[in-house]
Amino acid sequence: MLFTSYGFLGFAAVLLLLYYLLPKRHQWKLLLAASLVFYLLGGAWAIVYILATAVSVWYAALRIQANAAQQSAYLQAHKDTLDREGKKAYRAQQKRIRRRWLTGCLLLDLGILAVVKYTDFAIANVNAVLGLFSKGPLPLLHILLPLGISFYTFQAVGYLIDVYRGSQPAERSLPRFLLFVSFFPLVIQGPISRFGQLSETLYAGHPYDGGTVARGLQRMLWGYFKKLVVADRIVSAVTVILGDVNAYHGAYALVGMVFYTVQLYADFTGGIDITIGLSEALGVTVQENFIRPYFSKSLKEYWRRWHISMCSWFRDYVFYPVSSSKAMQRFARFSRSRFGEAVGRRLPVYVSSFVVWFATGIWHGASWNFIVWGLLNWAILMISEELEPLYARFHAKHPGAGGLGWRLFAVGRTFLLICCLNLFDCFANIGDTLFMLGSVLTARNWGILWNGALLELGLTGVDYAVLAGAVALMLTVSLLGRRGSVRAQIAKRPYAVRFIVWYGLFLLVLLMGAYGIGYDASQFIYNRF
Amino acid sequence: MDELLHILNELHPDIDFTTREHLIDDIILDSFDIVTLIAEIGEEFDVTITADKIVPANFNSAKALYALIQELQDEA
Repeated sequence: MLFTSYGFLGFAAVLLLLYYLLPKRHQWKLLLAASLVFYLLGGAWAIVYILATAVSVWYAALRIQANAAQQSAYLQAHKDTLDREGKKAYRAQQKRIRRRWLTGCLLLDLGILAVVKYTDFAIANVNAVLGLFSKGPLPLLHILLPLGISFYTFQAVGYLIDVYRGSQPAERSLPRFLLFVSFFPLVIQGPISRFGQLSETLYAGHPYDGGTVARGLQRMLWGYFKKLVVADRIVSAVTVILGDVNAYHGAYALVGMVFYTVQLYADFTGGIDITIGLSEALGVTVQENFIRPYFSKSLKEYWRRWHISMCSWFRDYVFYPVSSSKAMQRFARFSRSRFGEAVGRRLPVYVSSFVVWFATGIWHGASWNFIVWGLLNWAILMISEELEPLYARFHAKHPGAGGLGWRLFAVGRTFLLICCLNLFDCFANIGDTLFMLGSVLTARNWGILWNGALLELGLTGVDYAVLAGAVALMLTVSLLGRRGSVRAQIAKRPYAVRFIVWYGLFLLVLLMGAYGIGYDASQFIYNRF
Repeated sequence: MDELLHILNELHPDIDFTTREHLIDDIILDSFDIVTLIAEIGEEFDVTITADKIVPANFNSAKALYALIQELQDEA
């Protein structure tokens, strides 16, 4: 069920009504029932996968916690009889048991993800090799991807690792844990939430508060504006340009990548606004996933502001474990002795980052273009890291270079870089992406920017005017957001102003949303990940 | 503590690590710095900082980081 469908709006409205009519202690049970219904409507067969992940992680977490408790009790009972070495050996023995539960469960759940998401990718690569020896191709399996599997698997796995680390108590109730894994506003495109943060409000009873519900609905409305007025409008031109590289290249490629980057922002942040808004209306606090990402002055800063929950997941559960592993520490010592202090200090960071960006790439899609996208991000970040001393010297020599003009230049440069990288999302064939990027540099068709050719891309002059106004509004809201919550700023205004803002926005969505005869709301881009 | 301050100052010579209390929250130390620190501390103090110890509370100040090192030395 798409967030932009009438069915979803009806579903959410009925849920909100029932939610606040129910006694508070039963509210989370309704959320669980709603989440399972939502999931079943997305494909009844897929429930098996999410149940397998939820049950296995829930049980393994309980076993890990039970083992840790048993260890503490044993050490307490034998504190006078066991010497230091004895205690250490016992701890190591128990840790091995906990590690077996962790590893087994990770293999199962990441294995499910790997099989359903990457089997055909693996077969296609095997076929490519077989083709070199003139062998027949193996058939692809075309396994259907269960709804939100990349998101809920990571959420569940993060919880399990936290329990293993002792930073999160295990949840005893399976139904409550199942709600954490399947909570429907999050299940399709995140944010990938942490149990400790989400559970604070997910299971608590929430009395009806008109202000809370209104704030949630306002956030949803803003999300619908981004999705329906911007993303679902600009997608026409993006589809035309990126659908035919032979006809549309050069200046068209630049227009296409900028439009796609605007679409991606409006689509993904709009979807997350709907997620966070609906959760807020239900009294559930969900972590923010974006902090004005296109205002970033470097790629490194961008990755602190874009899809924050995914980035922090990879940092905490991949980057830190890999970089602090014994193998990496040995590699650090080896590289220092071999390559000297300066290089040896950086090599482990670069190797760990490589692993993370490879994983981030393939998480986005089972295709080489996503892997190349990830590794390009890695390469640019590492080159920037190497050039850091050069930047520092430049800024020391030119202290005035940190002014507004420089910052605007840095923001524009980063935005263009992101546009180029995003192009790798668009073509499964990396050659097409490289051709499009190269064509911008040799473009001779810049006239299309003013000779009316852009009106042949499925967008009328009115569409462009609406898009320009909507993008200006998104920009203004982002700028206002630097001073804190925009909704809180509006709430301080007189009633007439608030009325005009919110009803005006409602009318804009109603009148300017990309509907029409035969309208079919586009799938959210991040749903496919 | 002096050895730790020396490592930190090599990483960011412009920061006064004796007074700063929010090194992670203020993004003075990023994830790359932390990984470099883990290796340096491992070499200098002969302790292993595992991933579960990499939380803001342990890295927000030199004092907290030093307390972590002492705790790990005691456990070893």
